[in-house]
Amino acid sequence: MSFNNLDTLYRQVIMDHYKNPRNRGAVEGDHLTVDMNNPTCGDRIQLQLQVEDGIVEDAKFDGEGCSISMSSASMMTQAIKGKSVDEALKMSHVFSEMMLGNDVENDNLDLGDIEALQGVAKFPARIKCATLAWKAMEKGVDEEEA
Amino acid sequence: MDVKAVRDAFPILHQEVNGHPLVYLDSSATSQKPASVIDKISEYYRGYNSNVHRGVHTLGTIATDEYEGAREKVRKFINAHSTQEVIFTRGTTTSINTVAASYGRANLQEDDEIVITPMEHHSNIIPWQQIAKETGASLKYIPLQPDGTISLEDAETTITEKTKIVAIMHVSNVLGTINPVKELAAIAHKNDAVMLVDGAQGAPHMKIDVQDLDCDFYAFSGHKMCGPTGIGVLYGKKELLKEMEPVEFGGEMIDFVNLYDSTWKELPWKFEGGTPIIAGAVGLGAAIDFLNEIGLDEIEEHEHKLVQYAQKQMSTIEGLTIYGPEQRAGLVTFNISDVHPHDLATVLDAEGIAVRAGHHCAQPLMRWLDVTATARASFYLYNTEEDVDRLVQGLQTTKEYFGDVF
Repeated sequence: MSFNNLDTLYRQVIMDHYKNPRNRGAVEGDHLTVDMNNPTCGDRIQLQLQVEDGIVEDAKFDGEGCSISMSSASMMTQAIKGKSVDEALKMSHVFSEMMLGNDVENDNLDLGDIEALQGVAKFPARIKCATLAWKAMEKGVDEEEA
Repeated sequence: MDVKAVRDAFPILHQEVNGHPLVYLDSSATSQKPASVIDKISEYYRGYNSNVHRGVHTLGTIATDEYEGAREKVRKFINAHSTQEVIFTRGTTTSINTVAASYGRANLQEDDEIVITPMEHHSNIIPWQQIAKETGASLKYIPLQPDGTISLEDAETTITEKTKIVAIMHVSNVLGTINPVKELAAIAHKNDAVMLVDGAQGAPHMKIDVQDLDCDFYAFSGHKMCGPTGIGVLYGKKELLKEMEPVEFGGEMIDFVNLYDSTWKELPWKFEGGTPIIAGAVGLGAAIDFLNEIGLDEIEEHEHKLVQYAQKQMSTIEGLTIYGPEQRAGLVTFNISDVHPHDLATVLDAEGIAVRAGHHCAQPLMRWLDVTATARASFYLYNTEEDVDRLVQGLQTTKEYFGDVF
């Protein structure tokens, strides 16, 4: 494997999100909190979501982990803010498929920066890093509905 | 020690990974296996696979002889007094759980104490947490010195007459600390407590004499010492094992079975319920032969030189932090400035270098170190100075690669 391959993993936009994370911190006002960790490697994330009338009004995260898990969290919060819960879940599904290297109809969802994570699919050991934040979001939404 | 000849014995080492010759620096997680071990397991399945200790047919007799022969090899390897003291288990985790569930459950009550250290592997923490909850006993920790060692003075004050069990790792899988287990066993015994040594990182790398250490239990895994996965050993002093109840019940471990009650086989078989791990034990026997042929003292010396070289070379890298004491077993745990260990391990992997990154099953120790994760390079008899050079090169590459980011 050459650096070209590494470059598909560590795209500039990923490193930018890692270095300058968006939506890092705590949500003010009513919100739900989800803690999730990856027990095999120690990465952990705390995600706070403010959901009103089925819309994700705010999303913030805090945590510790590698560049892939933290940049993914940053991108994810950016992507789901202002979207409906259904759209957020659809995005999560599209993202999972992307990580598996599958082509999937994305129903014109605007994935924005997230597409930069496509290269992770070639690094099976790192897929769990990328999906951690999305798993946390799914868990939060699930608890909210319950 | 002729490292080239040693390397030639390991088929897996002679391959390219991601376009580069493999440098395997993850032996603390699991060691590689020499051809003699792989062949021995194949020979068992091809030649005399049969269940042991039952039936009268020829293959069954060969299998039984090989299985019990492996037990004798283990006995000699750790200088146990008798093969009755050598129990085959699934690995270190099962060995420790067996002691916790059997000895712990029978001998612990409220106000009793179990003493461990914050550097333990999860497998020498959680079994004690669980048995403490069940019995009402409490768990106490001998504090760590700033360099990641424990002092005997602290051990003297932590281990008291309330202590019933002291359970400490021989060698830390993160810090490389070699603990004074013989002295700790003496302190435990002075207080009428028993001493269990987690030898997962000890037995593969140094000569073990359980009678000299005078520990009551010694637990280790086959796969970290050139043997197959799924086989491990629990050594226990006969007088303790004799009094202990089995934790798994079923075939193989019984003497008489009546409708409402049963009696157990003699040691060590009363602790080996069900069809035992025959191929695993036979493979472990071959691994012991292999290690003996080279010599444990030679292996220890080789690793010692290598880790000293690694420490020296790695300390030239700016921003690199090494965790643990100066005097250490054959592993180096480290971090490089702001590069997360997973990212570091991914770049090294792209260069064909296998290291471990994460919490190394030692979350309390990670919190003590105030890090969430670390990278670890661990050495064994087949590693060379060239491997260390490749690692150092790879670390420089990593720094360059992430250089414009941080």
